[in-house]
Amino acid sequence: MTGQVRGEWPLYEVFVRGKRGLNHVHVGSLHAPDDQLALRHARDVYTRRNEGVSIWVVRSSAITASSPDEKDPLFAPSGDKVYRHPTFYDIPADVPHM
Amino acid sequence: MPAVAEPELEPGAEAQLETQLEAQFEATIGRKDRIEPRDWMPEAYRRTLVRQVAQHAHSEIIGMQPEGAWIGRAPSLRRKAILLAKVQDEAGHGLYLYSAAETLGVSRQELTEMLISGRQKYSSIFNYPTLSYADMGTIGWLVDGAAICNQVPLCRTSFGPYGRAMIRICKEESFHQRQGYELLMTMMRGTDEQRAMVQESVDRFWWPSLMMFGPPDDESPNTARSMAWGVKTHTNDELRQRFVDMTVPQAKALGVTLPDPGLVWNEERGAHDFGQPDWDEFWEVVKGNGPCNAQRVAHRKKAWDDGAWVREAALAFAAGDCRDTSGDTSGDTSGETSNETRTV
Ligand SMILES: [Fe+2]
Ligand SMILES: [Fe+2]
Repeated sequence: MTGQVRGEWPLYEVFVRGKRGLNHVHVGSLHAPDDQLALRHARDVYTRRNEGVSIWVVRSSAITASSPDEKDPLFAPSGDKVYRHPTFYDIPADVPHM
Repeated sequence: MPAVAEPELEPGAEAQLETQLEAQFEATIGRKDRIEPRDWMPEAYRRTLVRQVAQHAHSEIIGMQPEGAWIGRAPSLRRKAILLAKVQDEAGHGLYLYSAAETLGVSRQELTEMLISGRQKYSSIFNYPTLSYADMGTIGWLVDGAAICNQVPLCRTSFGPYGRAMIRICKEESFHQRQGYELLMTMMRGTDEQRAMVQESVDRFWWPSLMMFGPPDDESPNTARSMAWGVKTHTNDELRQRFVDMTVPQAKALGVTLPDPGLVWNEERGAHDFGQPDWDEFWEVVKGNGPCNAQRVAHRKKAWDDGAWVREAALAFAAGDCRDTSGDTSGDTSGETSNETRTV
């Protein structure tokens, strides 16, 4: 984990909405001195070919993340609830539109 | 960061935990799943990746120079716009890759300093000069072509951020190669003098392009480990072969001769036999003794030094030193107090 180097522009994470109807998706990061320049840099770095209709930038330090470890107990509550999935239920094949 | 101190581990327990983490890491690699920045990873894996991704990023950034030198001398507005867009893409590639390297816990500043001080390398190809406008075509065709051969398999590399950067880059490389090939085709339809320029350029760039895949497999001691980790998926010689096989028909269609008398189709192997580049020359260039090494690094250093006041001024402006700060409460943009943690 990197502490910010003195004199270095802060790090921003960049999210781009590819087109109307889609979510913003994380595309990478960049350094910028402030929010406005982060947006401009994001446009130049991540949307040179119309890859987006909208950009979000957020300071990396503002993000709170779970541990990505798949053994993370955070995700345990959903691990054993197979009944949340449609395939849990046996329906005869000849019942239509299910 | 946990708010509570980690409980003290009993002696021996730490080693056991490490073995367990290592087994989890190996299992992830074994499933061909990706390793993500906050996963535990062996120190050697992290170091290998930092070296490789940084070297790759530096190559994109230094790679702007040989082509950038010709923007002002482009023969038409069309060619100038294309070349500008291409060089701008290479800057973007460098930034995608620096951003991937930073997820491994190195700062952008450290990376730049390691490039400028010569502690980290970049691709040896960019230490050769660009002597004519035909080189703009040859670089797109051969150099970006070789880069594509290297980069397509890297889209599936085991470290998530590196693979994702490669996917973005590969999408853009096809334009680079095609514009170069089209430029050469245009020149080949021109005068005898223009055709001679193309051949002369191809003669100069052919062998350095083959060197882009790195030394032969038996002189590349780290390849086996990189492949076991899923960082690399093909050996240097495999990729070099693939490149030669792809390029031969393109050269034929263009009407140029690749300067290798040993280049012949081998029916039995279903592949071309070809000569070896001058590996002594390769190692000399890697050591810093190529035709343009000093010039390339000096140019980068000058750009970095000359830009210092801009970086400082932008930070000062963001901190509100020179504007009305009413409504601005962020206050910590000078960077001294924030503790940035990469999460994604
Ligand atoms: Fe590139
Ligand atoms: Fe390129």
